[in-house]
Amino acid sequence: MKTPLKKPVCRLAGDTGFLVEFGEGIDPAVNAKVRAMAGAVRHSMPKGVIEIIPTYRSLLFIYDPALIQPDTLFKMIEDMDTRINPEDEGDAKVVEIPVCYGGDFGPDIHNVCESAGLDEDNVIRIHSQPEYLIYMVGFTPGFAFLGGLDERLYTPRLTTPRTLVPQGSVGIANNQTGMYPIASPGGWQLIGRTPLKLFDPQRENPFLYQAGDKIKYIPISKAEFEQIQKGGGQ
Amino acid sequence: MTKALKIIAPGGYTTLQDNGRIGFQNMGVPVSGVLDHFAFRAANLLVGNPENTVTMELTVMGPSMEVLKEMDMAITGAHMDVTVNGKNVPQWQSFRVVPGDLVTVGQVQEGCRSYLAVNGGFDVPKVMGSAATYVGAGIGGFNGRPLKKDDVLDSKKAQLLSKPRRLPEAQIPCYPSEVIVRAIPGPQADYFDAGLKTLFSSDYMVTAKADRMGYRLMGDAVPIKEGMPKSIVSEPSVPGSIQIPADEQPIILLVEQTVGGYAKIATIISSDLGRVAQATPGDKIRFEKIDLKTGHAVFFEEKKRMETLRETLTRSS
Repeated sequence: MKTPLKKPVCRLAGDTGFLVEFGEGIDPAVNAKVRAMAGAVRHSMPKGVIEIIPTYRSLLFIYDPALIQPDTLFKMIEDMDTRINPEDEGDAKVVEIPVCYGGDFGPDIHNVCESAGLDEDNVIRIHSQPEYLIYMVGFTPGFAFLGGLDERLYTPRLTTPRTLVPQGSVGIANNQTGMYPIASPGGWQLIGRTPLKLFDPQRENPFLYQAGDKIKYIPISKAEFEQIQKGGGQ
Repeated sequence: MTKALKIIAPGGYTTLQDNGRIGFQNMGVPVSGVLDHFAFRAANLLVGNPENTVTMELTVMGPSMEVLKEMDMAITGAHMDVTVNGKNVPQWQSFRVVPGDLVTVGQVQEGCRSYLAVNGGFDVPKVMGSAATYVGAGIGGFNGRPLKKDDVLDSKKAQLLSKPRRLPEAQIPCYPSEVIVRAIPGPQADYFDAGLKTLFSSDYMVTAKADRMGYRLMGDAVPIKEGMPKSIVSEPSVPGSIQIPADEQPIILLVEQTVGGYAKIATIISSDLGRVAQATPGDKIRFEKIDLKTGHAVFFEEKKRMETLRETLTRSS
Protein backbone atom coordinates (compact mmCIF):
# COMPACT_ATOMS: atom_id res chain seq x y z
CA MET A 1 0.00 0.00 0.00
CA LYS A 2 1.26 3.46 -0.86
CA THR A 3 1.30 5.99 1.95
CA PRO A 4 -0.43 9.17 0.85
CA LEU A 5 2.02 12.04 1.05
CA LYS A 6 0.87 14.91 3.20
CA LYS A 7 1.12 18.54 2.25
CA PRO A 8 4.46 20.02 3.27
CA VAL A 9 4.51 21.42 6.82
CA CYS A 10 6.83 24.28 7.77
CA ARG A 11 8.55 24.27 11.17
CA LEU A 12 10.69 27.20 12.31
CA ALA A 13 14.33 26.65 13.25
CA GLY A 14 15.35 30.09 14.49
CA ASP A 15 15.76 33.32 12.54
CA THR A 16 17.79 31.82 9.68
CA GLY A 17 16.37 28.32 9.23
CA PHE A 18 13.22 26.31 8.78
CA LEU A 19 12.33 22.70 8.23
CA VAL A 20 9.83 21.46 5.71
CA GLU A 21 8.30 18.13 6.63
CA PHE A 22 6.90 15.89 3.90
CA GLY A 23 5.54 13.03 5.97
CA GLU A 24 5.76 10.94 9.11
CA GLY A 25 8.26 8.31 10.11
CA ILE A 26 10.78 6.45 8.01
CA ASP A 27 9.21 5.74 4.63
CA PRO A 28 10.98 5.31 1.28
CA ALA A 29 8.24 7.28 -0.56
CA VAL A 30 8.46 10.26 1.78
CA ASN A 31 12.25 10.13 1.61
CA ALA A 32 12.20 10.03 -2.20
CA LYS A 33 10.03 13.14 -2.14
CA VAL A 34 12.47 14.89 0.22
CA ARG A 35 15.39 14.11 -2.09
CA ALA A 36 13.52 15.11 -5.22
CA MET A 37 12.60 18.43 -3.62
CA ALA A 38 16.18 19.00 -2.46
CA GLY A 39 17.36 18.42 -6.02
CA ALA A 40 14.74 20.74 -7.49
CA VAL A 41 15.47 23.60 -5.08
CA ARG A 42 19.20 23.13 -5.58
CA HIS A 43 18.67 23.32 -9.30
CA SER A 44 17.04 26.75 -9.14
CA MET A 45 18.96 27.78 -5.98
CA PRO A 46 17.10 30.98 -5.09
CA LYS A 47 19.31 33.84 -3.94
CA GLY A 48 19.66 33.89 -0.17
CA VAL A 49 19.45 30.12 0.32
CA ILE A 50 22.69 29.11 2.05
CA GLU A 51 22.24 25.37 2.68
CA ILE A 52 19.68 22.68 1.90
CA ILE A 53 19.92 19.64 4.15
CA PRO A 54 17.72 16.64 3.32
CA THR A 55 16.98 13.99 5.97
CA TYR A 56 14.52 11.11 6.44
CA ARG A 57 11.31 13.09 6.03
CA SER A 58 12.26 16.75 6.05
CA LEU A 59 14.39 19.39 4.40
CA LEU A 60 16.24 22.02 6.40
CA PHE A 61 16.77 25.36 4.73
CA ILE A 62 19.37 27.81 5.99
CA TYR A 63 18.74 31.27 4.56
CA ASP A 64 19.86 34.86 4.79
CA PRO A 65 16.89 37.01 5.92
CA ALA A 66 18.49 40.01 4.19
CA LEU A 67 18.09 38.27 0.82
CA ILE A 68 14.99 36.09 1.07
CA GLN A 69 11.91 35.85 3.26
CA PRO A 70 10.90 32.42 4.55
CA ASP A 71 7.28 32.76 3.34
CA THR A 72 8.51 33.44 -0.19
CA LEU A 73 10.68 30.36 -0.04
CA PHE A 74 7.98 28.19 1.52
CA LYS A 75 5.45 29.28 -1.13
CA MET A 76 7.97 28.29 -3.78
CA ILE A 77 8.32 24.87 -2.16
CA GLU A 78 4.56 24.36 -1.94
CA ASP A 79 4.30 25.22 -5.60
CA MET A 80 7.13 22.84 -6.54
CA ASP A 81 5.60 20.15 -4.35
CA THR A 82 2.68 19.76 -6.73
CA ARG A 83 4.96 19.42 -9.74
CA ILE A 84 7.77 17.19 -8.50
CA ASN A 85 7.88 13.55 -9.47
CA PRO A 86 9.67 11.64 -6.72
CA GLU A 87 9.94 8.57 -8.95
CA ASP A 88 12.57 10.44 -10.92
CA GLU A 89 15.66 9.27 -9.08
CA GLY A 90 18.09 11.26 -11.23
CA ASP A 91 21.67 10.11 -10.82
CA ALA A 92 21.15 7.57 -8.01
CA LYS A 93 23.74 4.80 -8.14
CA VAL A 94 24.67 1.55 -6.43
CA VAL A 95 27.96 1.88 -4.53
CA GLU A 96 29.87 -1.32 -3.78
CA ILE A 97 31.65 -1.37 -0.44
CA PRO A 98 34.10 -4.24 0.15
CA VAL A 99 33.89 -5.60 3.71
CA CYS A 100 36.07 -8.07 5.54
CA TYR A 101 33.60 -9.73 7.92
CA GLY A 102 34.31 -11.27 11.34
CA GLY A 103 37.64 -11.81 13.05
CA ASP A 104 39.35 -8.79 14.58
CA PHE A 105 37.41 -6.49 12.25
CA GLY A 106 34.01 -7.77 13.39
CA PRO A 107 34.43 -8.65 17.06
CA ASP A 108 30.66 -8.66 17.69
CA ILE A 109 29.58 -10.88 14.79
CA HIS A 110 29.04 -13.74 17.27
CA ASN A 111 26.42 -11.62 19.08
CA VAL A 112 24.56 -11.23 15.80
CA CYS A 113 24.89 -14.97 15.05
CA GLU A 114 23.56 -15.83 18.49
CA SER A 115 20.65 -13.40 18.31
CA ALA A 116 19.73 -14.58 14.80
CA GLY A 117 20.37 -18.28 15.46
CA LEU A 118 22.52 -18.42 12.33
CA ASP A 119 26.15 -19.28 11.65
CA GLU A 120 28.69 -16.67 10.56
CA ASP A 121 28.56 -17.60 6.86
CA ASN A 122 24.80 -17.10 6.80
CA VAL A 123 24.97 -13.77 8.65
CA ILE A 124 27.52 -12.57 6.08
CA ARG A 125 25.44 -13.89 3.20
CA ILE A 126 22.26 -12.20 4.46
CA HIS A 127 24.01 -8.93 5.30
CA SER A 128 25.70 -8.63 1.92
CA GLN A 129 22.56 -9.55 -0.03
CA PRO A 130 20.48 -6.32 -0.17
CA GLU A 131 21.05 -3.00 -1.85
CA TYR A 132 20.57 -0.69 1.12
CA LEU A 133 18.93 2.69 0.44
CA ILE A 134 20.76 5.71 1.88
CA TYR A 135 17.98 7.71 3.52
CA MET A 136 20.28 10.46 4.71
CA VAL A 137 23.87 11.33 5.51
CA GLY A 138 24.67 13.05 8.78
CA PHE A 139 25.93 12.79 12.35
CA THR A 140 29.58 12.55 11.23
CA PRO A 141 31.04 13.20 7.76
CA GLY A 142 29.76 10.54 5.36
CA PHE A 143 27.77 8.62 7.99
CA ALA A 144 24.93 7.00 5.99
CA PHE A 145 21.59 6.10 7.54
CA LEU A 146 20.59 2.95 5.66
CA GLY A 147 17.28 1.20 5.25
CA GLY A 148 16.60 -2.39 4.37
CA LEU A 149 18.35 -4.56 6.96
CA ASP A 150 16.99 -8.13 6.99
CA GLU A 151 14.85 -8.62 10.11
CA ARG A 152 16.76 -11.77 11.04
CA LEU A 153 19.85 -9.65 11.73
CA TYR A 154 18.18 -7.14 14.08
CA THR A 155 20.45 -7.05 17.14
CA PRO A 156 20.29 -4.62 20.08
CA ARG A 157 23.12 -2.16 20.67
CA LEU A 158 26.02 -3.11 22.95
CA THR A 159 25.12 -2.48 26.58
CA THR A 160 28.35 -0.52 27.01
CA PRO A 161 29.29 1.58 23.98
CA ARG A 162 32.92 1.53 22.83
CA THR A 163 34.83 4.74 23.45
CA LEU A 164 36.47 4.37 20.05
CA VAL A 165 35.11 2.49 17.06
CA PRO A 166 37.80 2.17 14.36
CA GLN A 167 37.32 3.96 11.05
CA GLY A 168 35.61 1.81 8.42
CA SER A 169 33.81 -0.42 10.92
CA VAL A 170 30.53 -1.93 9.72
CA GLY A 171 27.89 -2.59 12.34
CA ILE A 172 24.34 -3.31 13.33
CA ALA A 173 22.16 -1.51 15.89
CA ASN A 174 18.60 -2.76 16.27
CA ASN A 175 16.99 -2.43 12.81
CA GLN A 176 19.84 -0.35 11.37
CA THR A 177 23.09 -1.22 9.67
CA GLY A 178 25.82 1.19 8.74
CA MET A 179 29.48 2.08 8.79
CA TYR A 180 31.75 4.51 10.59
CA PRO A 181 33.57 6.81 8.10
CA ILE A 182 35.67 8.28 10.92
CA ALA A 183 36.74 6.78 14.23
CA SER A 184 34.22 7.81 16.88
CA PRO A 185 32.56 6.48 20.02
CA GLY A 186 29.68 4.11 19.34
CA GLY A 187 27.50 1.29 20.59
CA TRP A 188 26.87 -0.67 17.40
CA GLN A 189 27.60 -4.41 17.11
CA LEU A 190 30.66 -4.51 14.86
CA ILE A 191 30.54 -7.26 12.25
CA GLY A 192 33.27 -6.22 9.81
CA ARG A 193 35.35 -3.43 8.36
CA THR A 194 35.86 -1.82 4.97
CA PRO A 195 39.34 -0.79 3.81
CA LEU A 196 37.82 2.05 1.75
CA LYS A 197 38.23 5.61 2.90
CA LEU A 198 34.55 6.52 3.16
CA PHE A 199 35.47 10.12 3.95
CA ASP A 200 38.65 11.64 2.56
CA PRO A 201 38.74 15.45 2.68
CA GLN A 202 41.80 15.45 0.39
CA ARG A 203 39.98 13.58 -2.38
CA GLU A 204 38.32 15.69 -5.08
CA ASN A 205 34.99 14.31 -3.94
CA PRO A 206 35.48 13.57 -0.22
CA PHE A 207 32.46 11.23 -0.24
CA LEU A 208 31.71 7.98 -2.11
CA TYR A 209 27.91 8.26 -2.02
CA GLN A 210 25.02 10.55 -1.22
CA ALA A 211 21.45 10.27 0.00
CA GLY A 212 19.37 8.32 -2.52
CA ASP A 213 22.24 6.06 -3.60
CA LYS A 214 22.27 2.41 -2.62
CA ILE A 215 25.00 0.52 -0.76
CA LYS A 216 25.95 -3.05 -1.62
CA TYR A 217 28.43 -4.79 0.66
CA ILE A 218 30.89 -7.17 -1.02
CA PRO A 219 32.54 -9.74 1.29
CA ILE A 220 36.33 -9.83 0.91
CA SER A 221 39.18 -11.75 2.53
CA LYS A 222 41.72 -10.31 4.92
CA ALA A 223 44.34 -10.45 2.16
CA GLU A 224 42.11 -8.42 -0.17
CA PHE A 225 41.43 -5.98 2.67
CA GLU A 226 45.15 -5.43 3.18
CA GLN A 227 45.74 -5.02 -0.53
CA ILE A 228 43.10 -2.29 -0.85
CA GLN A 229 44.38 -0.63 2.30
CA LYS A 230 47.94 -0.65 0.90
CA GLY A 231 46.60 1.12 -2.16
CA GLY A 232 45.41 3.97 0.05
CA GLY A 233 41.85 2.74 0.58
CA GLN A 234 40.62 4.15 -2.70
CA MET B 1 54.24 32.45 4.39
CA THR B 2 56.60 32.87 7.32
CA LYS B 3 56.85 31.55 10.85
CA ALA B 4 54.83 33.79 13.16
CA LEU B 5 54.34 32.17 16.57
CA LYS B 6 55.67 29.27 18.57
CA ILE B 7 53.37 27.84 21.22
CA ILE B 8 55.05 27.62 24.64
CA ALA B 9 51.87 26.53 26.46
CA PRO B 10 48.62 25.94 24.56
CA GLY B 11 46.11 27.17 27.16
CA GLY B 12 42.71 25.58 27.84
CA TYR B 13 41.50 24.73 24.36
CA THR B 14 42.97 26.73 21.52
CA THR B 15 41.98 26.13 17.89
CA LEU B 16 42.30 27.97 14.61
CA GLN B 17 38.91 29.06 13.27
CA ASP B 18 37.30 31.09 10.54
CA ASN B 19 33.71 31.75 9.57
CA GLY B 20 33.01 28.03 9.18
CA ARG B 21 32.60 25.32 6.57
CA ILE B 22 29.47 26.12 4.60
CA GLY B 23 27.67 23.71 2.26
CA PHE B 24 28.50 20.22 3.56
CA GLN B 25 25.97 19.74 6.35
CA ASN B 26 24.00 17.48 4.00
CA MET B 27 27.06 15.20 4.07
CA GLY B 28 27.37 15.24 7.85
CA VAL B 29 30.07 17.90 8.06
CA PRO B 30 29.15 20.52 10.66
CA VAL B 31 29.89 24.21 10.06
CA SER B 32 32.43 24.48 12.90
CA GLY B 33 34.06 27.95 12.87
CA VAL B 34 34.05 30.68 15.47
CA LEU B 35 31.36 30.81 18.14
CA ASP B 36 31.40 34.59 18.73
CA HIS B 37 31.26 36.32 15.34
CA PHE B 38 31.38 39.88 16.65
CA ALA B 39 34.59 39.38 18.62
CA PHE B 40 36.11 37.36 15.74
CA ARG B 41 35.45 40.05 13.14
CA ALA B 42 36.62 42.80 15.49
CA ALA B 43 39.95 41.00 16.03
CA ASN B 44 40.55 40.79 12.29
CA LEU B 45 39.52 44.37 11.55
CA LEU B 46 41.78 45.62 14.36
CA VAL B 47 44.86 44.24 12.59
CA GLY B 48 43.71 45.27 9.11
CA ASN B 49 42.56 41.83 7.92
CA PRO B 50 39.47 40.99 5.91
CA GLU B 51 36.81 39.97 8.44
CA ASN B 52 36.82 36.26 7.66
CA THR B 53 40.55 35.66 8.21
CA VAL B 54 41.82 32.68 10.25
CA THR B 55 42.17 33.53 13.95
CA MET B 56 42.87 31.63 17.14
CA GLU B 57 39.89 30.86 19.37
CA LEU B 58 40.99 30.73 23.01
CA THR B 59 38.86 29.03 25.65
CA VAL B 60 38.88 29.90 29.37
CA MET B 61 42.70 29.96 29.59
CA GLY B 62 44.90 31.55 26.97
CA PRO B 63 48.20 30.31 25.54
CA SER B 64 51.79 31.52 25.95
CA MET B 65 53.60 32.16 22.70
CA GLU B 66 56.97 33.23 21.41
CA VAL B 67 56.80 35.79 18.61
CA LEU B 68 58.85 34.86 15.54
CA LYS B 69 58.26 37.87 13.31
CA GLU B 70 57.27 41.51 13.51
CA MET B 71 53.50 41.87 13.28
CA ASP B 72 50.38 43.50 14.66
CA MET B 73 48.22 41.45 17.01
CA ALA B 74 44.82 41.98 18.62
CA ILE B 75 42.89 39.97 21.19
CA THR B 76 39.14 40.47 21.57
CA GLY B 77 36.24 38.65 23.21
CA ALA B 78 36.37 37.29 26.75
CA HIS B 79 38.45 39.32 29.18
CA MET B 80 41.75 37.53 29.79
CA ASP B 81 44.88 39.26 31.07
CA VAL B 82 47.30 39.76 28.21
CA THR B 83 50.97 40.49 28.76
CA VAL B 84 53.89 41.06 26.40
CA ASN B 85 57.19 40.37 28.14
CA GLY B 86 55.36 40.68 31.46
CA LYS B 87 53.80 44.06 30.68
CA ASN B 88 50.00 44.34 30.49
CA VAL B 89 48.47 45.03 27.10
CA PRO B 90 44.80 46.03 26.68
CA GLN B 91 42.35 43.97 24.62
CA TRP B 92 40.21 45.28 21.75
CA GLN B 93 43.16 47.15 20.28
CA SER B 94 46.12 46.30 18.09
CA PHE B 95 49.65 46.10 19.44
CA ARG B 96 52.98 45.58 17.69
CA VAL B 97 55.12 42.59 18.59
CA VAL B 98 58.66 41.75 17.44
CA PRO B 99 60.69 38.52 17.29
CA GLY B 100 61.60 37.24 20.74
CA ASP B 101 58.58 38.78 22.48
CA LEU B 102 56.70 36.51 24.86
CA VAL B 103 52.94 36.94 24.65
CA THR B 104 50.98 35.38 27.50
CA VAL B 105 47.20 35.25 27.72
CA GLY B 106 45.97 34.32 31.19
CA GLN B 107 42.91 32.90 32.89
CA VAL B 108 39.53 34.28 31.85
CA GLN B 109 38.12 37.09 34.03
CA GLU B 110 34.83 37.61 32.22
CA GLY B 111 33.31 35.62 29.36
CA CYS B 112 34.65 32.34 27.98
CA ARG B 113 36.21 32.71 24.51
CA SER B 114 38.70 35.17 23.06
CA TYR B 115 39.96 35.69 19.53
CA LEU B 116 43.57 36.36 18.66
CA ALA B 117 44.33 37.79 15.23
CA VAL B 118 47.65 38.61 13.59
CA ASN B 119 47.91 40.63 10.44
CA GLY B 120 47.77 38.46 7.36
CA GLY B 121 46.06 35.73 9.37
CA PHE B 122 47.32 32.26 10.27
CA ASP B 123 48.36 30.32 7.22
CA VAL B 124 46.83 26.85 7.18
CA PRO B 125 45.40 24.95 4.22
CA LYS B 126 41.68 25.18 3.61
CA VAL B 127 39.86 21.87 3.84
CA MET B 128 36.56 21.79 1.94
CA GLY B 129 36.51 25.53 1.62
CA SER B 130 37.37 26.49 5.17
CA ALA B 131 40.26 26.61 7.62
CA ALA B 132 37.97 25.98 10.61
CA THR B 133 39.16 23.21 12.93
CA TYR B 134 36.66 20.36 13.28
CA VAL B 135 38.29 18.19 15.91
CA GLY B 136 35.66 15.44 15.60
CA ALA B 137 36.91 14.49 12.14
CA GLY B 138 40.43 15.84 12.60
CA ILE B 139 40.16 18.31 9.72
CA GLY B 140 40.93 22.00 9.21
CA GLY B 141 42.92 24.38 11.36
CA PHE B 142 46.34 23.21 12.52
CA ASN B 143 46.46 19.48 11.58
CA GLY B 144 42.80 19.14 12.55
CA ARG B 145 43.45 19.48 16.26
CA PRO B 146 43.76 21.98 19.13
CA LEU B 147 47.20 23.61 19.44
CA LYS B 148 49.93 21.92 21.46
CA LYS B 149 53.24 22.96 23.00
CA ASP B 150 55.95 23.55 20.37
CA ASP B 151 53.53 23.99 17.44
CA VAL B 152 54.85 26.66 15.09
CA LEU B 153 52.20 28.69 13.28
CA ASP B 154 52.79 30.46 9.99
CA SER B 155 51.11 33.67 8.98
CA LYS B 156 50.49 35.16 5.56
CA LYS B 157 52.48 38.11 4.38
CA ALA B 158 50.73 41.40 5.08
CA GLN B 159 51.49 45.05 5.55
CA LEU B 160 51.93 46.33 9.08
CA LEU B 161 49.43 48.92 10.26
CA SER B 162 50.49 52.54 9.79
CA LYS B 163 49.05 53.30 13.24
CA PRO B 164 47.41 51.21 15.97
CA ARG B 165 43.68 50.61 15.94
CA ARG B 166 41.35 50.40 18.89
CA LEU B 167 37.66 49.86 19.40
CA PRO B 168 35.95 52.67 21.36
CA GLU B 169 34.85 51.66 24.87
CA ALA B 170 31.17 52.08 23.99
CA GLN B 171 31.36 49.34 21.36
CA ILE B 172 33.11 46.79 23.58
CA PRO B 173 30.61 44.16 24.76
CA CYS B 174 30.50 42.98 28.37
CA TYR B 175 29.97 39.36 29.31
CA PRO B 176 27.91 39.12 32.50
CA SER B 177 27.54 35.78 34.29
CA GLU B 178 23.77 35.95 33.92
CA VAL B 179 22.61 36.30 30.34
CA ILE B 180 19.31 36.56 28.56
CA VAL B 181 19.15 34.95 25.14
CA ARG B 182 16.24 35.25 22.76
CA ALA B 183 14.72 32.16 21.19
CA ILE B 184 11.95 31.38 18.72
CA PRO B 185 9.72 28.39 19.61
CA GLY B 186 10.12 25.45 17.20
CA PRO B 187 10.73 23.23 15.30
CA GLN B 188 8.96 20.88 17.78
CA ALA B 189 7.29 23.43 20.09
CA ASP B 190 4.06 21.44 19.62
CA TYR B 191 5.62 18.56 21.60
CA PHE B 192 5.42 20.72 24.72
CA ASP B 193 2.78 22.61 26.68
CA ALA B 194 3.77 23.36 30.31
CA GLY B 195 7.38 22.73 29.26
CA LEU B 196 7.37 25.84 27.07
CA LYS B 197 6.29 27.99 29.97
CA THR B 198 8.95 26.44 32.18
CA LEU B 199 11.72 26.97 29.62
CA PHE B 200 10.88 30.65 29.18
CA SER B 201 10.47 31.46 32.86
CA SER B 202 13.30 29.60 34.66
CA ASP B 203 17.01 30.16 35.08
CA TYR B 204 19.28 27.48 33.66
CA MET B 205 22.82 26.89 34.81
CA VAL B 206 25.57 26.04 32.34
CA THR B 207 27.09 22.72 33.44
CA ALA B 208 30.69 21.55 32.99
CA LYS B 209 29.54 19.71 29.86
CA ALA B 210 29.79 22.76 27.62
CA ASP B 211 31.88 22.74 24.47
CA ARG B 212 31.71 23.56 20.77
CA MET B 213 29.25 20.70 20.18
CA GLY B 214 26.79 21.96 22.73
CA TYR B 215 25.99 23.22 26.22
CA ARG B 216 24.20 20.97 28.67
CA LEU B 217 22.09 23.05 31.05
CA MET B 218 20.63 22.29 34.45
CA GLY B 219 17.41 23.66 35.91
CA ASP B 220 13.67 23.06 35.99
CA ALA B 221 12.72 19.97 33.97
CA VAL B 222 11.09 20.57 30.59
CA PRO B 223 8.64 17.70 30.15
CA ILE B 224 7.31 16.55 26.80
CA LYS B 225 3.51 16.64 26.51
CA GLU B 226 1.57 13.51 27.58
CA GLY B 227 1.25 11.09 24.69
CA MET B 228 4.02 12.58 22.54
CA PRO B 229 6.98 10.36 21.61
CA LYS B 230 10.16 10.91 23.60
CA SER B 231 12.26 11.12 20.48
CA ILE B 232 11.79 12.14 16.85
CA VAL B 233 12.94 10.73 13.53
CA SER B 234 16.53 11.99 13.20
CA GLU B 235 16.62 15.40 11.57
CA PRO B 236 19.13 18.24 11.17
CA SER B 237 19.85 20.68 13.96
CA VAL B 238 21.14 24.24 13.67
CA PRO B 239 23.51 26.12 15.99
CA GLY B 240 21.20 27.37 18.72
CA SER B 241 18.73 24.48 18.67
CA ILE B 242 17.48 23.79 22.20
CA GLN B 243 17.06 20.05 22.40
CA ILE B 244 15.20 18.23 25.18
CA PRO B 245 16.58 14.72 25.78
CA ALA B 246 15.07 12.00 27.98
CA ASP B 247 16.29 13.59 31.23
CA GLU B 248 14.26 16.74 30.36
CA GLN B 249 17.26 19.05 30.86
CA PRO B 250 17.86 21.37 27.88
CA ILE B 251 20.93 21.11 25.65
CA ILE B 252 21.91 24.02 23.41
CA LEU B 253 23.39 22.56 20.22
CA LEU B 254 26.27 24.50 18.71
CA VAL B 255 28.54 24.37 15.67
CA GLU B 256 29.94 20.83 15.71
CA GLN B 257 26.65 18.98 15.42
CA THR B 258 24.48 18.18 12.39
CA VAL B 259 21.78 15.68 13.31
CA GLY B 260 19.74 14.88 16.39
CA GLY B 261 16.95 12.56 17.42
CA TYR B 262 15.40 14.53 20.27
CA ALA B 263 12.64 17.13 20.09
CA LYS B 264 13.82 20.72 19.83
CA ILE B 265 11.60 23.07 21.77
CA ALA B 266 13.03 26.36 20.50
CA THR B 267 15.96 27.88 18.62
CA ILE B 268 18.20 30.67 19.89
CA ILE B 269 18.45 33.46 17.31
CA SER B 270 21.73 33.78 15.44
CA SER B 271 22.49 37.20 16.94
CA ASP B 272 22.47 35.82 20.50
CA LEU B 273 24.72 32.78 19.93
CA GLY B 274 27.76 34.87 20.83
CA ARG B 275 26.27 35.37 24.29
CA VAL B 276 25.95 31.61 24.73
CA ALA B 277 29.55 31.19 23.54
CA GLN B 278 30.70 33.61 26.25
CA ALA B 279 28.87 31.78 29.06
CA THR B 280 31.00 29.48 31.22
CA PRO B 281 30.04 26.60 33.52
CA GLY B 282 28.19 28.01 36.51
CA ASP B 283 26.75 30.97 34.58
CA LYS B 284 23.01 31.42 34.30
CA ILE B 285 21.03 31.55 31.07
CA ARG B 286 17.46 32.78 30.83
CA PHE B 287 15.48 32.33 27.61
CA GLU B 288 13.27 35.09 26.28
CA LYS B 289 10.53 34.02 23.90
CA ILE B 290 10.26 36.05 20.69
CA ASP B 291 8.52 35.53 17.35
CA LEU B 292 10.10 35.31 13.90
CA LYS B 293 9.32 38.94 13.06
CA THR B 294 11.17 40.17 16.14
CA GLY B 295 13.94 37.69 15.40
CA HIS B 296 14.43 39.25 11.98
CA ALA B 297 14.34 42.78 13.42
CA VAL B 298 17.18 41.73 15.75
CA PHE B 299 18.99 40.12 12.82
CA PHE B 300 19.05 43.50 11.04
CA GLU B 301 20.12 45.32 14.24
CA GLU B 302 23.02 42.89 14.53
CA LYS B 303 23.92 43.50 10.88
CA LYS B 304 23.99 47.22 11.64
CA ARG B 305 26.20 46.63 14.69
CA MET B 306 28.66 44.79 12.42
CA GLU B 307 28.57 47.65 9.90
CA THR B 308 29.29 50.17 12.63
CA LEU B 309 32.18 48.01 13.78
CA ARG B 310 33.52 47.86 10.24
CA GLU B 311 33.20 51.62 9.74
CA THR B 312 34.81 52.46 13.07
CA LEU B 313 37.79 50.22 12.54
CA THR B 314 38.52 50.90 8.90
CA ARG B 315 38.11 54.65 9.26
CA SER B 316 40.73 54.82 11.98
CA SER B 317 43.52 53.53 9.75
